[in-house]
Amino acid sequence: MSRKPAQSLTLFLLLAPAVLWLGVLIVLPHVEILVLSFSERVAPRVYAFGFGNYLEFFTEPLYWRTFARTAIMSILVTAITLVLAFPIALYIARVAQGRMKAMLLLLCLLPFWVSELVRTLGWMMLLRETGVISYMLQAIGVTDQRTEFLYNDGAVILGLVYGGLLFMIVPLANALESLDPSVVEAGFDLGGSRWTVLRRIVIPHAMPGIVAGSIIVFMLTVGNFATPVLLGGKNGLWFTEQIYAQFITRFNWPQGAAFGMLLLLLSSAIVWAGLRLTGQSLGTTLKQA
Amino acid sequence: MNRPTLSWKLYIAAFYIFLFAPLLVVAIFAFNASPFPSPPWKGFTLDWFTGSGATFGKPGVLVDPIWLDTIANSFKVAIPVALLAVVIGTVNAWVLERAEFPGKTFLSMMMLWPLVIPGVVLGISILAFFSRVANGLEEWLQTDLDFLRPGLSLVVLGQLSFILTISTLIIAARLRKFDRSLEEAAFDLGASRVRVLRTVTLPFLSPALIGAGLVALLMSFENFNTTLMLVGSDAPLPITMYGQMREGATPAINAVSLLLMLGVGGIASVFALTSKAER
Repeated sequence: MSRKPAQSLTLFLLLAPAVLWLGVLIVLPHVEILVLSFSERVAPRVYAFGFGNYLEFFTEPLYWRTFARTAIMSILVTAITLVLAFPIALYIARVAQGRMKAMLLLLCLLPFWVSELVRTLGWMMLLRETGVISYMLQAIGVTDQRTEFLYNDGAVILGLVYGGLLFMIVPLANALESLDPSVVEAGFDLGGSRWTVLRRIVIPHAMPGIVAGSIIVFMLTVGNFATPVLLGGKNGLWFTEQIYAQFITRFNWPQGAAFGMLLLLLSSAIVWAGLRLTGQSLGTTLKQA
Repeated sequence: MNRPTLSWKLYIAAFYIFLFAPLLVVAIFAFNASPFPSPPWKGFTLDWFTGSGATFGKPGVLVDPIWLDTIANSFKVAIPVALLAVVIGTVNAWVLERAEFPGKTFLSMMMLWPLVIPGVVLGISILAFFSRVANGLEEWLQTDLDFLRPGLSLVVLGQLSFILTISTLIIAARLRKFDRSLEEAAFDLGASRVRVLRTVTLPFLSPALIGAGLVALLMSFENFNTTLMLVGSDAPLPITMYGQMREGATPAINAVSLLLMLGVGGIASVFALTSKAER
């Protein structure tokens, strides 16, 4: 098919916004931080190529420990979210009917339309020493003084799991929706226990949803900033905080850029590993979500 | 599996309490007549919304210039983001659904990419790149280019970088369902290209255009990670809230949160209604 000049002009004009968007806001900025991450300051205002920023990451324990901590806690948060969300998704997809089903799903969606900061504020008001839970425990006589539930790893995990739940429930419920009830019946008829049917039939069927949900929750958790900083306080120690500190507080952009590349690498590596381990592709996974 | 056990039902109930507890606490303590957003309950008041500050030393949200300015800043960002997201998203959807050219699969993969980049990384990369551009241009043109420095215009660009993916996907999904024979019929009846677009195609797309605009508005209002890296002296709502939460706030922050919940709830129900009309 030969194209008329007018047609290729139209195509050019239609493509222009997409190319500008991806070029100026995504590709070139990432090239910029990649280049920046390999530049070292050799004298005031003079920079040269070097691996110094990455070496600094590996030699300063605070940096790589925070990085490892962020990765491990994010995996933990993803696992807890999956376990908590599964019974809910199964109930919404397989048990609830008609209006009940629509309402349960809508009730799940509602809190997530509200800003992350409002949700975090709620948890701060519940958990802190002068907060609601501590007040109630003292009022009913369980504790004889105020208790601090905030500023520890438990609070950070709680907040992150809370923030990830919806993104786990929706893909799980979508995947479970297509499970044929007669297959489950057959499993029971053949003498399978509730647990066997769950493990051998339901979970394998839900695998695309499990992968999609886990990947999204992991990415959101690893890149989160407000929840670990506000609920963890000084003990939050999240890697995004280090990026912020280098860029905004200490104005050491090359170091911050190196941290940014490492975070991007971590996030991509885990997503890739998750897809490889379960034999799913990114396209179908994003479609699930 | 269709007969849920009692423990399963109890778990579901506990889960929904867990889901709504933090939001309820935020809403209830917006009306507490106390200078601190914590128990005990000291009586009902509307001072944190409209009070002049005579009782607690701090004015209510709706009369406090700090909060009013920050809400205005949020709108200054969200409205351009929503408009641009709809316009550019429509063009992108057209490219994805109608145009044929080499490299189209690659382009559609690239459009999904922003969704897997952490928001903080998007923020710092745009900050670093635009600073370099500004430095170069300022030297060359010998003028100050403040719109390329941290500030609301850079926040708009930063938010657009990933919101465009969402708006493109929403509009493309609707365009895919469009019956091309309707357009052909209009052409056969002698309509011009512009007229077909205006009277046939765009009216069909309008639920998705409104939906994409509302989603973009909400995402812009709530974005924190990318915005944090790009703000200058004018802070949008989430940034101001974050600052107050670190310092220890008054119940004014609960009042703002409640207003935000009501606003978001309103927009979300409009969105739910338009997407229902779509089916």
